[in-house]
Amino acid sequence: MYTETQIIKDTTQFSSNGHEGELVINVGPQHPATHGVLHLVITLNGETIKKVEPHLGYIHRSIEKMCESLTYRQFIYVTSRMDYLSAHMNNHACAMTVEKGLQIEVPPRAQYIRVIMDELTRIASHELWWGAMAMDLGAFTPFFYAFRERETINDIMEETCGARLTMNYMVPGGVMADIHPLFQQKVKDFIKLFKSKIDEYDELVTGNIIFQNRMKGVGLLSKEDAISYGCSGPVARGSGVSCDIRKLYPYEVYDKVAFDEVLENEGDSFARYMVRVREMHQSIRIIEQLIDNIPEGDFQAKTKAVLKLPKGEFYTRVETARGELGVYIVSEGGTTPYRIKFRSPGFSNLSALDHMARGSKIGDLMAMMGTLDLVIPDIDR
Amino acid sequence: MFIKEYLTDIYKGTKSLLTGMKRTGYYFVRPREIITEQYPDNRETLVMAERFRGEVVMPHDANNEHACTGCTACELACPNATIKIITKFDITPEGKKKKALDTFVYHLELCTMCGLCVEACPTAAIKMGQNFEHSVYDRSQLTKKLNNPGSKIREGVE
Repeated sequence: MYTETQIIKDTTQFSSNGHEGELVINVGPQHPATHGVLHLVITLNGETIKKVEPHLGYIHRSIEKMCESLTYRQFIYVTSRMDYLSAHMNNHACAMTVEKGLQIEVPPRAQYIRVIMDELTRIASHELWWGAMAMDLGAFTPFFYAFRERETINDIMEETCGARLTMNYMVPGGVMADIHPLFQQKVKDFIKLFKSKIDEYDELVTGNIIFQNRMKGVGLLSKEDAISYGCSGPVARGSGVSCDIRKLYPYEVYDKVAFDEVLENEGDSFARYMVRVREMHQSIRIIEQLIDNIPEGDFQAKTKAVLKLPKGEFYTRVETARGELGVYIVSEGGTTPYRIKFRSPGFSNLSALDHMARGSKIGDLMAMMGTLDLVIPDIDR
Repeated sequence: MFIKEYLTDIYKGTKSLLTGMKRTGYYFVRPREIITEQYPDNRETLVMAERFRGEVVMPHDANNEHACTGCTACELACPNATIKIITKFDITPEGKKKKALDTFVYHLELCTMCGLCVEACPTAAIKMGQNFEHSVYDRSQLTKKLNNPGSKIREGVE
């Protein structure tokens, strides 16, 4: 049996060097601020963070292994369950990899629809992040304002794709169904609504003095560190790293539309926040350019009933709402992939958390985690 | 100088807080802008989107006939082994044997509503239904038989 002093001694053994006075706190796996089953082991000295150690694997579903037993048409739906907030982009990346292997030319109509859907998903994802971010810092109301506009996007998705979150709308060669007759009108209505509401976001949260004080100068990540940790997406762009796949390696019709790559150079939490808020404006700009110009034609290229990728290795990447998603398929020439690897943005972004958090106060940790925009199923897959 | 900065900070802070409060107050006195749907109360008027994927259904016409030939294309397309098709052999008037559907077993508990079976069906015999209220007390109730009892294939569907 343990005596009281022994128990105290035993807990100190968890700290890295066994120093007295260090405190180890477990945040998660069930904690409202981690947005999922993330387990952080935090070593503290008083209130100062000495080390943050993420423990992963609580929501590992072995999606990569599952994909090996599914055909090239079937495996796309599983990837909606990785980063469920950018399900469209995940499906897009997979469909593009299969198209690359089979050298299928995607009809222009499908390309336009795909990009519009991607950008709508990006706005929906950033909206949810914005609401959850404010909620992490204790402001509950913005969450509902964000969901109000997000609901409009979900309705558009439901009408055209058939589902609100896990759409499975992309198929190799195009999209599953043509757009709904009301789609264009509804997207235009949404743009109009969104433009009138986005200023509210700045009024409510961005300009708020409490919010700014908690975000500015917190969670600093330098440009060099962002590159060496492999960060991508808004996290890296908040540190001034130019890494937008849409701009640098354009796919589909991104080379035909005018939009800016959003860059902030401060590298703190507020910079990452501003990148996402400004990205929503850019997404609106992209949709506005495309929505009236969807060309007529097929929405799906003619493909064989059974898809067989030639022997070889295929890699494509897209820019999801969280960063760079890479899909790597090794094919042996059969109907199922030999090996699939997903390079998920969340995993690399999370790895920078320890570096960011060291030396800062524990109260700022949730603000930093919020700006990383973590989706845990994306990290574990 | 210090006091001036201190007071400016207080002024700016209060102003930013009031700006946010103004927005909240705006919606507080305008309940008409609330978009919340009171879900179980509005069940009678709730209309789901036409393409919404709630479950797989097999439409039957007035003569209790369906369009399923028992070709198992949906069974092969399904990633989760949700569909199991049991076939039988009918004897045609000419005395030949013809493959026909006996039972269309649909495991709703395994279905992820991806819609690949509907895409794969060559005769449009199945479609996605709009019903999404699937909760039951026992999981065995989720295994469904989609073809009606005594139903047969429609004339002319090959």
